[in-house]
Amino acid sequence: MTAPDPLLTVENLALSRGGRALFADVGFSLRPGGLLLLRGPNGAGKSSLLLTLAGVLRPEAGRIDWHAEEPPRVHIVGHQSGVKTRLTLLENLGFWRAVNGPTGISPEAALETVGLGAIGGLDAGYLSAGQTKRLALARLLVTDRPIWLLDEPSASLDTAGDVLVGRLIAARLSSGGAVIAATHDDIPGATETLTLGAPN
Amino acid sequence: MSGLLTILGRDLRLAARTGGDALTLVLFFVMAGAIMPFAIGPDRVLLQKLAPGIIWLAAFLSMLLGLDRLFRADEDDGTLLLFRHAGTPLEAIVAAKLMAHWLLTAVPLLIASPLLAILLSMDTAVWGRTALALLVGTPALTAFGTIGAAVTVSLRRGGLLAPVLILPLSIPVLIFGVASVGAPEGSSAAILFLAAISLVSVAFCPFAAALALRLGSE
Amino acid sequence: MLDPQRPDVTLDSAASKPNWFSRLAHPGSFMAWSKPVLLPLGAVTVLAFAAGLWFTFFNSPADYQMGDTVRIMYIHVPNAILSEGVYAVMFVAALGTLIWRHPLADVTGKAAAPLGAAFTALALYTGSLWGRPTWGTFWEWDGRMTSTLILFFIYCGIIALWRAFDDQLRAARIVAIVTLVGALDIPVVKFSVDWWNTLHQPASLTLGGSKLPPEMLLPLGVMALAFGLFFVLLLLVSMRTEILRRRADSLSRQAAAQSAA
Repeated sequence: MTAPDPLLTVENLALSRGGRALFADVGFSLRPGGLLLLRGPNGAGKSSLLLTLAGVLRPEAGRIDWHAEEPPRVHIVGHQSGVKTRLTLLENLGFWRAVNGPTGISPEAALETVGLGAIGGLDAGYLSAGQTKRLALARLLVTDRPIWLLDEPSASLDTAGDVLVGRLIAARLSSGGAVIAATHDDIPGATETLTLGAPN
Repeated sequence: MSGLLTILGRDLRLAARTGGDALTLVLFFVMAGAIMPFAIGPDRVLLQKLAPGIIWLAAFLSMLLGLDRLFRADEDDGTLLLFRHAGTPLEAIVAAKLMAHWLLTAVPLLIASPLLAILLSMDTAVWGRTALALLVGTPALTAFGTIGAAVTVSLRRGGLLAPVLILPLSIPVLIFGVASVGAPEGSSAAILFLAAISLVSVAFCPFAAALALRLGSE
Repeated sequence: MLDPQRPDVTLDSAASKPNWFSRLAHPGSFMAWSKPVLLPLGAVTVLAFAAGLWFTFFNSPADYQMGDTVRIMYIHVPNAILSEGVYAVMFVAALGTLIWRHPLADVTGKAAAPLGAAFTALALYTGSLWGRPTWGTFWEWDGRMTSTLILFFIYCGIIALWRAFDDQLRAARIVAIVTLVGALDIPVVKFSVDWWNTLHQPASLTLGGSKLPPEMLLPLGVMALAFGLFFVLLLLVSMRTEILRRRADSLSRQAAAQSAA
């Protein structure tokens, strides 16, 4: 059985921020169905690595190969929610669907999946932190992108929320995508682990 | 294109729901224009002569004040980060925000300008020319302002810096804007120059501002 | 396919083509070649100023209109030329930062900005002194002085922008964009100011509007050269200081990181 082509290959990646070297010699390859867990102490550069993969930060050295015609092929869900409090949940998702491309499921279906289906018409400002996180996760569903970059996906979520994250990730993996998650938790189905911030 | 229209629509909708901002800016505009007579004196003839300049100054300062709002909210809640790898190009996103900002700042000022015209004893014909000049010149101010806002968005204390950067660069808009209202010999050339500056700056701004947004987050 | 656990040899970052320019412009070699240049450059600058000032006071004619006060021109005009020349240096540095991401370009741009502001301020000051006998006031809104004032504001804004950033590398790229926008806009500003001036003052009294006789050109040239050399000297010193400052900064950071480990 031949392994499918990788979605993403990273070689010798090095990054500094504010003059401080964060990491160097980072390399990995992500195949369809791959789940890479990023570990490391706070400040080790996990968020920065995700931002580099998203194209926001520029690496000092190394190569990022997407094996595809054109980016963007990633979603980021990080510490900031990207949610507008004065828009309703459905309007928030509808907005991202229009901006990113309507290639995923409908906003209503996405809200159902994350457990917010009943309150789609409410202003997002009424949500709790956990619900806001679920709304941010719903954003992953309305536009189909092969690679998900998740920065502490379980933050602000309760146990049911953790289960939801696991389910969403599993669905993404089984449909041929890949996920890189910076997390202290153990997400089932992890194929690789990368630890940053090992002492020099 | 649909991404651009979506963002335009969203910004307008958000402004409508938040309500306060456009009115606050209009209030500042009227007040800034209205306090000039306290500094100059209530001489009607003098005020009438200075009126186009006063209205332009008040509009200039109001638009500079409103700059920070362009990107600040999106930067704070992480939307700007998501825009960086959206399906819509960053330049189109900036263009949409520029249009929204013009509609939300310049148009209210235009609508409120008759108030100042009355306070400054402007006659209708002069006010008409002033309004036209504002219509033609405020896109340039918005464009310069968008570049200034993009350059300072990554700074916590960036709020006052953007107007300081933009003001010297926008002096031509002020010069040609006021001249467009004045004595007929200068005015037709002036309004054409004003239009040219507006067209070029609006065309150029999305690229410069998008570049500043990209480089500012590295 | 790479094994994330295996430490690899680090990939050489931004492999530079080893031509003479990049060898000269590398920060390390810049520090090496700039040091021995400073003293001779300083000596030549002093000589140029001595010659220029001698010409100014002892060997150039008084203007038939303005009398002896025309001698201020020998300081004013070089400063005015430099105020724009330094911006040109910043413009090239901005291109270097954005297009080639050259490390020395950042430093050049940052070092040049305060110097440009200073020369512009001097131009305004000497212009004001020169104008007093001619105009009767210390300030007149003529085309050239007004444009110089606006240029001064632009310099100040750029300096403020440099100082607003903690991360100077990020600052360099942002300032570069502003510098480029300014470079495109400054001609528009000058044009609009001249236009504004002629609109309001059809017969304006400009400084130094009359044609310069050849006896004045030589002292002017020498003073311009002297000020130009002075600028280069100050620029080199300022760049060296900035490079040292960044090194000290990075050493402090390393020390902090090591004590935390």
